[in-house]
Amino acid sequence: MQKHLFLGVEAIGQGAIDGGMSGVYSYPGTPSTEITEFIQENPLAEERNIHRTWTANEKTALETALGMSYAGKRAMSCMKHVGLNVAADVFVNAAMTGVNGGLIVTVADDPSMHSSQNEQDSRFYGKFAMVPVLEPSSQQEAYDMARDGFALSEQTKVPVMLRITTRLAHSRAGVARKEVLPENQLSLPADPRQFILLPAIARRKYKGLLESQNLFLKLSEESIYNRYEEGAEKSLGIIACGIAYNYLMEHYPNGTCPYPVVKISQYPLPENYINRLDQECDEILVLEEGAPMVEEMLKGFFAKGTPIKGRLDGTLPRDGELNPDLIAKALGKQMFSGYAIPEVVANRPPALCMGCGHQDAYVAMNEVLADYSKGRVFSDIGCYTLGALPPYETIFSCVDMGASITMAKGAADAGLIPAVAMIGDSTFAHSGITGLLDAVNEKSSITVVISDNESISMTGGQDSSAFGKIESICIGLGVDPAHIHTIVPLKKNHEEMVRLFREEFAYNGVSVIIPRRECIQRASSRKRNKK
Amino acid sequence: MKSDIILAGVGGQGILSIATALGEAALADNLLIKQAETHGMSQRGGAVYSHMRISDRPISSDLIPGGAADLILSVEPMESLRYLPYLSETGYLVTNITPFVNIPNYPDIEKVMEEIRKLPRFIAIDADAIAKEVGSSRASNMVMLGAASPFIDIEFSKIEAGIRTIFGRKGEEVVNLNLEALRRGRQFAEENR
Ligand SMILES: Cc1ncc(C[n+]2csc(CCOP(=O)(O)OP(=O)(O)O)c2C)c(N)n1
Ligand code: SF4
Repeated sequence: MQKHLFLGVEAIGQGAIDGGMSGVYSYPGTPSTEITEFIQENPLAEERNIHRTWTANEKTALETALGMSYAGKRAMSCMKHVGLNVAADVFVNAAMTGVNGGLIVTVADDPSMHSSQNEQDSRFYGKFAMVPVLEPSSQQEAYDMARDGFALSEQTKVPVMLRITTRLAHSRAGVARKEVLPENQLSLPADPRQFILLPAIARRKYKGLLESQNLFLKLSEESIYNRYEEGAEKSLGIIACGIAYNYLMEHYPNGTCPYPVVKISQYPLPENYINRLDQECDEILVLEEGAPMVEEMLKGFFAKGTPIKGRLDGTLPRDGELNPDLIAKALGKQMFSGYAIPEVVANRPPALCMGCGHQDAYVAMNEVLADYSKGRVFSDIGCYTLGALPPYETIFSCVDMGASITMAKGAADAGLIPAVAMIGDSTFAHSGITGLLDAVNEKSSITVVISDNESISMTGGQDSSAFGKIESICIGLGVDPAHIHTIVPLKKNHEEMVRLFREEFAYNGVSVIIPRRECIQRASSRKRNKK
Repeated sequence: MKSDIILAGVGGQGILSIATALGEAALADNLLIKQAETHGMSQRGGAVYSHMRISDRPISSDLIPGGAADLILSVEPMESLRYLPYLSETGYLVTNITPFVNIPNYPDIEKVMEEIRKLPRFIAIDADAIAKEVGSSRASNMVMLGAASPFIDIEFSKIEAGIRTIFGRKGEEVVNLNLEALRRGRQFAEENR
């Protein structure tokens, strides 16, 4: 059969389409973004009119997907790991309501923080919500899981989490497609109270979820994605989760590891295989990408106290991505270690593009801030976060989406006046609006700079949901229109921008300054696509 | 057959076009591929790399182990050195010599070249100059692929066919220009290996 050379994320997009999905609801975030982009550009998705436009944030995304599931159709919601923090409320409660049409929550973790604030492991959320979790070891499994995950969700009657990490997301391999399934028909839940989590109903539903755990376990133990591989050398047994299985097998090119191996790609943990490994082996090595979740669970698991090796005892590093070298070391293998990096090699960190509008805003801001003490600009997540680095060094925070406005307000409450928030248009739409409402209600002395490049640029230039609406949103929230200013951030407007910042920093109340100029990368790709 | 290749460059230099051309060639040769790419933050002018693994047998890891790469193919000289811990004892380093300077502390280029010349096997080529001679500076990545091609165990005609596939929609002229770039790169490597 002809194979497609798919990135892991593309395999998931294709799998979801082929699995009869009727809508994908997502907010961009590396390394999950290209799943939705793939679906947006896919001809079959277009032919079927699958819903595939971006949402304002991950919470609205997952809630909308749950609404589609309520109506009987199959839906997927995709996000990066920290996006699930934003959607955690609906995620945990969706496990309580359960689903009607199949629902897959695809979460992409970023161990080693290639493009993220932290390296949290989403499998904990899956365990917390008590739903099945799928963790592919290959692009083919990623495709299969996305395609067949809807049926698993319908069978178990809960949302299913599909957890991937950066390497699988952004690595290509051959993938064989399977038959394309039809979409579900519209159909309401058989129980009209299924989605009403009033305490009396919720208690009943919770008991149901607890009872379902046995089924989830049985499905894991019988899953085609989990298996026990025999090995003659019983001094060590290995548990390899997700992509870590590949790093392990890299060291056994003929395909057989001398030690018994439990390959895990579906949770809850398949207890049958793990018990067997415990009985057969003297020691157990746990290989998992992300946090030592399985390792922690097993540490207290065995009565006879089989030694467990992994990230907690120092056999593997406690943080960061795994790779074949770390696993070779854990197995006690000697490898040629390559040449050292010569000292002349300098770091090359990412930087704002030449001519980016955020730069003009920072230059003007810095000129005015020179009159004040340092440390009063709170920022957010986007390209403009690079303003923390030289030559600007303007901003002093980057925590979670929307926190610039609320942290500035808190600091102003504490007496740091003026306090300034620097936020992008998409981040404002994602989580800035509610914080601005708080500030307006309390007439806080903050200046909110919404650096509007009419795009979600950090993640590759997607459409921003606040496009063309920012002034009216601010006015609607109650910001005094006399203190809302829009300016084009260009050198020729520098003096004007400086004047605006100076006036509004001195104003005792909420003001909003909107430097607005399209992201140059987005502008050039828009022009390229037109050709 | 097995080729483990590290592609290196700076975000925006388009190293993935090399990967795509090679990927097409490998597919046409019925080979298996795994290729890990850098997406996200570093694409804003940071250091980017790709691990490309081509083999006639199943490939396990998406990442190349340290000390195991048969080839480092870099479109920028300093970046070629960043991945030396991956190069195998018998591996080749093939790099463009035109620096991409977007940081204030870019080292003295002579020092960079000195480090490259210390390696037992390397090709240092002025891909930008050759691309200009051929007719378009944008073809420099294909010059680089050509310069690396003697060290990749794929028939050269398959690589040419890969280029035809990816540039095909842009017309015969663009295809021929890139093919010429590829051949000139290969010729340089064969004369200077
Ligand atoms: C909760 C959450 N979701 C998604 C992301 C990924 N992310 C980081 S920056 C960014 C885009 C921000 O866009 P905008 O604020 O308009 O700034 P720009 O990059 O365009 O300058 C996104 C989606 C994240 N870090 N956290
Ligand atoms: S991608 Fe756009 S917003 Fe980001 S640094 Fe470049 S020009 Fe600025």
